[in-house]
Amino acid sequence: MSLASTQSVAEIKARNKELIDEVLKVYPEKTAKRRAKHLNVHEAGKSDCGVKSNLKSIPGVMTIRGCAYAGSKGVVWGPIKDMIHISHGPVGCGQYSWGSRRNYYVGTTGIDTFGTMQFTSDFQEKDIVFGGDKKLAKVIDEIQDLFPLNRGISIQSECPIGLIGDDIEAVSRVKSKEYDGKTIVPVRCEGFRGVSQSLGHHIANDAIRDWVFDKITSETERRFEPTPYDVAIIGDYNIGGDAWSSRILLEEMGLRVIAQWSGDGSLAELEATPKAKLNILHCYRSMNYISRHMEEKFGIPWCEYNFFGPSKIAESLRKIASFFDDKIKEEAERVIVKYQPLMDAVIAKYRPRLEGKSVMLFVGGLRPRHVIGAYEDLGMEVIGTGYEFGHNDDYQRTAQHYVKDGTLIYDDVTGYEFERFVEKIQPDLVGSGIKEKYVFQKMGVPFRQMHSWDYSGPYHGYDGFAIFARDMDMAINSPIWKKTRAPWKDAPRPSLMAAE
Amino acid sequence: MTQNAENVLDHFELFRGPEYQQMLANKRALFENAHDPAEVARIREWAKTPEYREKNFAREELTINPAKACQPLGAVFASVGFEGTLPFVHGSQGCVAYYRSHLSRHFKEPTSCVSSSMTEDAAVFGGLNNMIDGLANSYNMYKPKMISVSTTCMAEVIGDDLNAFIKTSKEKGSVPAKFDVPFAHTPAFVGSHVTGYDNALKGIIEHFWDGKSGSEPKLEREPNDRINFIGGFDGYTVGNIREIKRIFELMGIRYTILADNSDVFDTPTDGEFRMYDGGTTLKDAADAIHAKATISMQQYCTEKTLSFIESHGQQVVAFNHPVGVSATDDFLMTLSRITGEAIPKLLEQERGRLVDAMADSSAHIHGKKFAIYGDPDLCYGLATFLLELGAEPTHVLSTNGNKAWEEKMQALFASSQFGKDCHAYPGKDLWHMRSLLFTEPVDFLIGNTYGKYLERDTGTPLIRIGFPVFDRHHHHRYPVWGYQGGMNVLVKILDKIFEEIDKNTNVVGKTDYSFDIIR
Repeated sequence: MSLASTQSVAEIKARNKELIDEVLKVYPEKTAKRRAKHLNVHEAGKSDCGVKSNLKSIPGVMTIRGCAYAGSKGVVWGPIKDMIHISHGPVGCGQYSWGSRRNYYVGTTGIDTFGTMQFTSDFQEKDIVFGGDKKLAKVIDEIQDLFPLNRGISIQSECPIGLIGDDIEAVSRVKSKEYDGKTIVPVRCEGFRGVSQSLGHHIANDAIRDWVFDKITSETERRFEPTPYDVAIIGDYNIGGDAWSSRILLEEMGLRVIAQWSGDGSLAELEATPKAKLNILHCYRSMNYISRHMEEKFGIPWCEYNFFGPSKIAESLRKIASFFDDKIKEEAERVIVKYQPLMDAVIAKYRPRLEGKSVMLFVGGLRPRHVIGAYEDLGMEVIGTGYEFGHNDDYQRTAQHYVKDGTLIYDDVTGYEFERFVEKIQPDLVGSGIKEKYVFQKMGVPFRQMHSWDYSGPYHGYDGFAIFARDMDMAINSPIWKKTRAPWKDAPRPSLMAAE
Repeated sequence: MTQNAENVLDHFELFRGPEYQQMLANKRALFENAHDPAEVARIREWAKTPEYREKNFAREELTINPAKACQPLGAVFASVGFEGTLPFVHGSQGCVAYYRSHLSRHFKEPTSCVSSSMTEDAAVFGGLNNMIDGLANSYNMYKPKMISVSTTCMAEVIGDDLNAFIKTSKEKGSVPAKFDVPFAHTPAFVGSHVTGYDNALKGIIEHFWDGKSGSEPKLEREPNDRINFIGGFDGYTVGNIREIKRIFELMGIRYTILADNSDVFDTPTDGEFRMYDGGTTLKDAADAIHAKATISMQQYCTEKTLSFIESHGQQVVAFNHPVGVSATDDFLMTLSRITGEAIPKLLEQERGRLVDAMADSSAHIHGKKFAIYGDPDLCYGLATFLLELGAEPTHVLSTNGNKAWEEKMQALFASSQFGKDCHAYPGKDLWHMRSLLFTEPVDFLIGNTYGKYLERDTGTPLIRIGFPVFDRHHHHRYPVWGYQGGMNVLVKILDKIFEEIDKNTNVVGKTDYSFDIIR
């Protein structure tokens, strides 16, 4: 157990404030001033966490953030499985993001689905000099020729596209016309736009609005008969199957999921979503934009939910049911009761092994707050958290519904700050990404990747919670952490006398 | 309900349960607007045909599943091979997140690297302020001994001038005037990660040898008997460089490894995170000018670097990722020729052991057809080894290979009776390889992790050798160079061959008469 849990809240707050002051000392003055606004100790009762967010990262500090392209291609668009997403520009962006997000899907890859493939226009110097529009037109032709079953194409702009003045919208219109109104979506998600992945999410949402919703035809409208219980899952990327272990609960309570955005999603599902009676939103950060749009344009209400851990799942199932009739409300209760024995068994097995353990998080999207309940279900405590690309509305939600008094908050944390914080606080577990994993493991601190679920998952839903609990136990209670120090380092030196 | 607390089911079991299978089938039937399964099957078969291959090879602009990355990745890889060096990539920040993730997924190690985090305003006004602030922050926070600057394509498209920017930053006091900030322009739209390795390494050497961007006199070469060694971009750098050091030490050669990242990509877990570890010292990097000769293990990773070194009066020799007996013989004899040191008995014994192992096992490899893809030098080295095992490297494909590489490969094929039906494919990608494997099948495929999609689709068993290898652990710790390295490659290939034979002969009462206990 870490030191943290043996201290009073006042002591913790004082220590955290001291820690913040200490890390700021390393920076040049101007940088220290800017970083100071992103670090804070949470005060209970405040409406947000008292940090600035969604501002530019500072050069040279080793931010953990990515870019707009990562937010659009990597997060929002990439998982739409029956479309081909062109990484438009040089080869790298598509290469580094190829298949690494674990957006599970079912389909025949390369024939009717394309999720784990890397399509790129592989820009060369001549394309920079003369522009890439002709190339793009040809790329689309070649896709049509070789992948006749693709349902649509998106163009994910990399940095050079916006800089050299290419008109990908014009190419998209021409080609769409040429291919009988085919869905071809230009996305202006060049990596230099905005300050993080976040603007890429927004741009990608807007592209769905403008290039998918605005082109829905009567044919697509007729694909199925609506029912009063139709809902869409928004903002679940099906990492390790998360959306599936969520969908099953919604269906069990009598709802019909007509679309998944965007894990294991298809173009048809995007197009069908305006028929939903309720949009349920998991990752608020990446898909609140389109949810608001559907509310305004189609009058579809949306509600946020949290499927991490039994407490939040039950709360969320009830909240979702509250939008429907008594039949659904009763079914929701039945689902909660049905899974109670499984949850009891999971908690009985793992809670004694995890009780009182402390966690520090640094993730993106919804996770810096959403997973806190799941840890608490296991008797664990989140003592520090921060968002890679959150906005103030994320920190408001965090302050009002999730974190405890005295929690250390770090927005867009730098490599240096995160290391110092963990070194001083010595939590029992750190949850962050691949770039952070090995840093903390070297320090002897147990770690789980909370973007990719460390190649495990699903973590959503009741089925996912069992895996989550098992994984946290296996990280923290691995015998390896007792072996990081060579035994002779601690052993008393044999004296000369003894040697004789 | 399939999940249970006593035996927690993972994703690969959980979703096979009947509830999930039914759910997924309903989703597909009702909401996905899925194609008729018969049509999917028809297209799937069509994509295996020579007709499809022809269309596929007629592609001019579309790249699908390439086996190459972009320049800055190679620049970062080379830069971390110097003592206390922090790579600094000037341009958009997302790129750096990608390089760090990519290298960490392969090596299972931290990768430290910073970005100048340029955004829209920098796109308009240039990234000078980002450089000024960025260098100051990195220098203060991470206390490097050197900051090695390269560029993303954003900075290249807007034409930022690194030399001028670094000078200005020094004038503004971002880092001390004498602090080493070598640089290289590494546009992602030229070449690949191997080009970036070359540019960054040349940039660093040029910095030390040619007067640190005009701030000091150029070094005068005073030839000594040392040998410089360059590994090139190499997924096996940890095992390989250590093996090379052992060989040099056995031969009594005084050497300098340039860009030695074997320690920083293999730090211990002992309670301390080492942002920097090992690496070529800055003094050694400068003194390397005096060496007698420089040896590069990978020609296509070091074209500019070697020509720069040669222009400073050194003898330079480039190999093509030597693997196996003859390639290692050639490497050792070259070392011996240049240094005058004899090849010691121990290495001769190791050679004999590799030959012994090949003789013991060659019956299982002889005549087998292989497809290989990867970086140009790796492809060449592996093809050489297969030829001396009596195997046929039927398809050798390198997305970042060029015309000269193709000619070199074809010359290699022409030199062996086992190479007569073999072809090199420069500039092609793994979707081309897919067509090759369907229309001209081979027994085994050698490539990186992404080859698993080809294995799944075409049924060609994959032997994982290359970069990146994300889905198997720790192979980078074992060398593939030297006779010991050849042994590792041999065993890797043999293991797969035997596993395949076992897999194909294990049906009880049907095929298991051949399920031999001795092979």
